[in-house]
Amino acid sequence: MAIAIQRKRLSFWERLYLPAILGGLALTFRHLFRRKRTMQYPEEKWTMPPGYRGAPTLVKDEDGHERCVACQLCEFVCPPRAITIVPEEYPENAKWGKIEKKPREFDIDMIRCIYCGLCEEVCPEQAIFLRKDYSITGYSREEMVHHKDKLYELGGVMPGLVKKWEKK
Amino acid sequence: MPLVDATIIYDLIKIGGYLAVVLSICAYAVLAERRISAFIQDRLGPNRVGLPIWFRRDGTAVSLGNRWAIGQPLVDFLKFIFKEDVVPGHVNKLYYVLAPCITMIPALLVIAVIPFGPEVNGIKLVIADLNVGILWVFAIASLGVYGIVIAGWASNSKYPFLGGIRSSAQMISYEISMGLSVIPVIMHLGGFTTNGLSLSELIRFQVENAWLIVYPWMWLPFLVYLISAFAETNRLPFDLPESETELVAGYHTEYSSMKFALFFLAEYSNMVTQSALMVTMFFGGWSFPGVPSATTSIGWGFVAVGIFLAKVVAFLFLYIWVRWTLPRFRYDQLMHLGWKVLLPLALANILIVAGALAAWD
Repeated sequence: MAIAIQRKRLSFWERLYLPAILGGLALTFRHLFRRKRTMQYPEEKWTMPPGYRGAPTLVKDEDGHERCVACQLCEFVCPPRAITIVPEEYPENAKWGKIEKKPREFDIDMIRCIYCGLCEEVCPEQAIFLRKDYSITGYSREEMVHHKDKLYELGGVMPGLVKKWEKK
Repeated sequence: MPLVDATIIYDLIKIGGYLAVVLSICAYAVLAERRISAFIQDRLGPNRVGLPIWFRRDGTAVSLGNRWAIGQPLVDFLKFIFKEDVVPGHVNKLYYVLAPCITMIPALLVIAVIPFGPEVNGIKLVIADLNVGILWVFAIASLGVYGIVIAGWASNSKYPFLGGIRSSAQMISYEISMGLSVIPVIMHLGGFTTNGLSLSELIRFQVENAWLIVYPWMWLPFLVYLISAFAETNRLPFDLPESETELVAGYHTEYSSMKFALFFLAEYSNMVTQSALMVTMFFGGWSFPGVPSATTSIGWGFVAVGIFLAKVVAFLFLYIWVRWTLPRFRYDQLMHLGWKVLLPLALANILIVAGALAAWD
């Protein structure tokens, strides 16, 4: 059944529409001088909220020691298979020799990466973290692959991590 | 007798200057539209492209007015030039190509009879001082609609077609009240004019008496004319032929590149024309209290032209301001307003003004 909607009966003054139009014009005129909300992107940028998932990076601790032990868990968990790790052995008598493994190459293909953060979640060594860098750009596919040194450069030093390989 | 009459040279200068001024006003009106719409919506709008004045050796440019996007019209123009000109296979080629021209030419022709300054050293600052000025305006201005209708038909697809239909219906309903609302203006000229319906006579009347808008009985005709002018130029709230939100782009859906730019330009030059007409008919054209109406000094000439341009720009601002305030009319509401409100109002105006003028005498 159709419902008849009761419309408000407009007075003659209202049916002229001109007062309402002038009111609208006054409103838009006031908006001409309002503060503008536009953020001018390259110059002004958002501050990313905590927990933001930007580019994945590798970190070192305060001693400058690389955290990654090349266990390759992140490589296996990565849904789009963006991570490729080539491990190598630590020399027998080295300071960190008991860790046994470290990555020789650690590549993340940023065209593939979906910023899901599973690599960070799965890492048993607190070595890989998603940082706040977003806007990852490049002119070629090769440029879009972050190699190990680039990952450490983006990651930097993260203080306050658990140091389970220190001598007890 | 010299081979070339001096007046021809003056005419050519006037035509060249007029084209340059009108087209650059159009270009900057587009920029103003974008800026003002942004401001009204609390945005910033284009504010990057300046006018390059010098190129450094490394290819970067030193440019002026970046903050105000002074160079934006230039960039937009270049973009239009370099875009691919797609002509769909299903169009009627001849009329498809003709339509943008038919829209553009009347828009530019009308303004030829509008005086933009007083007589300086015996040179009238008007391109053609026709003694049928006002009639010429109405005869030519309504031709512009044919461009839109033909574009809608020649495009041979549904959205342009609907746009064309709407445009013709709109023209029929507004042209009449527009013409009728000018009759009160002409009535003021009765017994005064020595040169028929020429627009410079109209300005002379306003210089010697007062701007027509000063007379209270001219307010209603002005309002009717203003509303009809919005409909005539296809500007919101009457942009039904184009109505982006329902008809894709209305009559110019199938157009691209420079042909589309011509439609775009025609819309803005129509706005300039109608603004100039309203300024001439109701706001005293180039006249302003204290500015002499005939002068030998070029300085005063420039002042008068400046006043005229300032008034036109004020009207252009009104056009843009209204566009970003009001929503679009529905098709039947438009018909209702045109036939059942504005037409009787325009007819009543004539009686009111006739009575007022009789009482005045």
